[in-house]
Amino acid sequence: MPSITITPDLIVFVPLALVAALSAIGVVALKNAVRSALCLVLNFFTLSALYFNLRAEIIGITQVVVYTGAIMVLFLFVIMLLNLGAPQLLAEKKDLKIGAGLAGGVILFGVIAGTIFPPLVSVNVIHAPTKYGEPATLGHTLFTQFVWPFEVASILLLVGIVGSILLAKRKI
Amino acid sequence: MQSALFQIGKWFVHTPAALQALIRVLLYVIPLLLLVPMFIWWERRLLSWMQDRIGPNRVGPFGLLQAIADGVKLFFKEDITPASIDRLIYFVAPAIALFPAFALGGTLPWGPNRLLTPMADVNIGVLYIMAVSSLGVYGVVLGGYAPNNKYSLLGGLRSSAQLISYELAMGMSLAAIALASGSLKVTEFVHQQEMPIWGADQAVWIQNWNLFTPYGFLAGIIFAICMVAETNRAPFDLPEAENELIAGYHTEYSSMKFAVYFMGEYAAMFVFSGVFAAVFLGGYNFLPIRWEALIDDYPAATAFWQFMQALNYYGAPIWFIGKCIGGLSVYIWLRATLPRLRYDQLMSLGWRCLLPLSVANFMAVGFWVLLTRLMGGMEQFESDAQPLATLGLLLIDVLIVMVVDRVYRRGSGKEMASRTIEMVDPPVLRSIELVDGGEPVVPANG
Repeated sequence: MPSITITPDLIVFVPLALVAALSAIGVVALKNAVRSALCLVLNFFTLSALYFNLRAEIIGITQVVVYTGAIMVLFLFVIMLLNLGAPQLLAEKKDLKIGAGLAGGVILFGVIAGTIFPPLVSVNVIHAPTKYGEPATLGHTLFTQFVWPFEVASILLLVGIVGSILLAKRKI
Repeated sequence: MQSALFQIGKWFVHTPAALQALIRVLLYVIPLLLLVPMFIWWERRLLSWMQDRIGPNRVGPFGLLQAIADGVKLFFKEDITPASIDRLIYFVAPAIALFPAFALGGTLPWGPNRLLTPMADVNIGVLYIMAVSSLGVYGVVLGGYAPNNKYSLLGGLRSSAQLISYELAMGMSLAAIALASGSLKVTEFVHQQEMPIWGADQAVWIQNWNLFTPYGFLAGIIFAICMVAETNRAPFDLPEAENELIAGYHTEYSSMKFAVYFMGEYAAMFVFSGVFAAVFLGGYNFLPIRWEALIDDYPAATAFWQFMQALNYYGAPIWFIGKCIGGLSVYIWLRATLPRLRYDQLMSLGWRCLLPLSVANFMAVGFWVLLTRLMGGMEQFESDAQPLATLGLLLIDVLIVMVVDRVYRRGSGKEMASRTIEMVDPPVLRSIELVDGGEPVVPANG
């Protein structure tokens, strides 16, 4: 087991990771839908801070703009408009689903951890290339190496937008 | 004095990076906290001057201590907490509202010294501003939801729709500037604005402030409108429309919690003015004049140009704060001048006018950048196409002014037409006066 050197990055990382993990648990554990959604907001926010910590600025800020700033606002909007009744009405029955869900979660964790942890075991200091995660680097990679997936994804999003308008408006 | 400053500078350069960052944060937050009460005084005085009133002039000289008196009053007022609320969210919401207002300036440079001024000169400066301003909606929405009050909830919902709508146009207008500057850093924006002006080769001594360029002018107007909408200020203060919603999202907040909302609003106004100054008004530069170019062109007055250059450099924070206060005054002016928009006007302005215009502006700038890349270095092209592009972009500018004017004057037709009922000076009364003696004649169209 390699010893962990305490760096400023680590000092920032540990509380952020703790908050992220706790808020992720809060999303599923809390009874109140609005509080759950708020936990998810907090989780996304700390996640973006973790991205910053890894020098992946553009991904971190996209996380805030897209998820925290836009999608979660819509979630809250919908939850408030639906006005879900008292929390006890929403309580789930305790049956096999919980056990199956837990088992599935553990298996998923195992699969992801099995892929991610082996290369990370010997790492105790972050060493990204200097230009890594900058908008210019990311843009260059997106428009050269990954131009087709990028364009296909953008067309998919466009189809989604047009489709939502089509569904929402009967008469166009 | 000189050596003491030098010693401090030397100490600062050699301190650990974390301490440097802390000092940068304090240099931003402390002036902001000190200035916010002054803004409230300034708004009340300026507004009363514009409305032919006197305003608060009793506490301290010119009523300057009024803000402190207000603060003491708010602090000692009874703190009413309604029953049957979501207690946690109710107490957290004002703090959430305050956070983005203060965090917004994280990438704003208020001076030319890069060791002291933007808290983080990251590569995503403008995106950071967009991201943090998009968090502003949470304070309002949660404040509307938590007290379990229908009026509050309506205010919160209105505000979330408004903020999301105007964020898009705001982002597109900033994107046009980012495209023209070739960077996302706010410091780079300011640096680009210190270059000779765009499209006028003779006047190298004028700085290229984005507001002077056609695309920047358009983007600036769109940004200014969106910025007012993002801070929930008049004429976009529908979330707290008192004739319909009591006080909107902060109806159930009293005492210090209301004061925190208030502080957040004023801090956000000030920092947004700072963003406008940094992106469109040349940042911390005093006047749009390149003193170094004047030294080359008119060496006779070199000493004066050098003095002005030094004044421009060392007084940078003052010029920047001055521009911010100017922006704040425009906010107050708008509040004193314009009536509140109707909800459909608000949505129509955001989605039908500002968003398409800002996208058109973005595409025009993109097209221009592409052309200069393709034709770069061809002098004939430069001299021919630049005036043409200027003309085209100016046409778009005229368009936006017309569109905004139309929204205010005509609205969307039917609803406004019903409002032009002749309530004042009805023709019936006038015709009664004309008839002497017999039956009053009612006009046929009466």
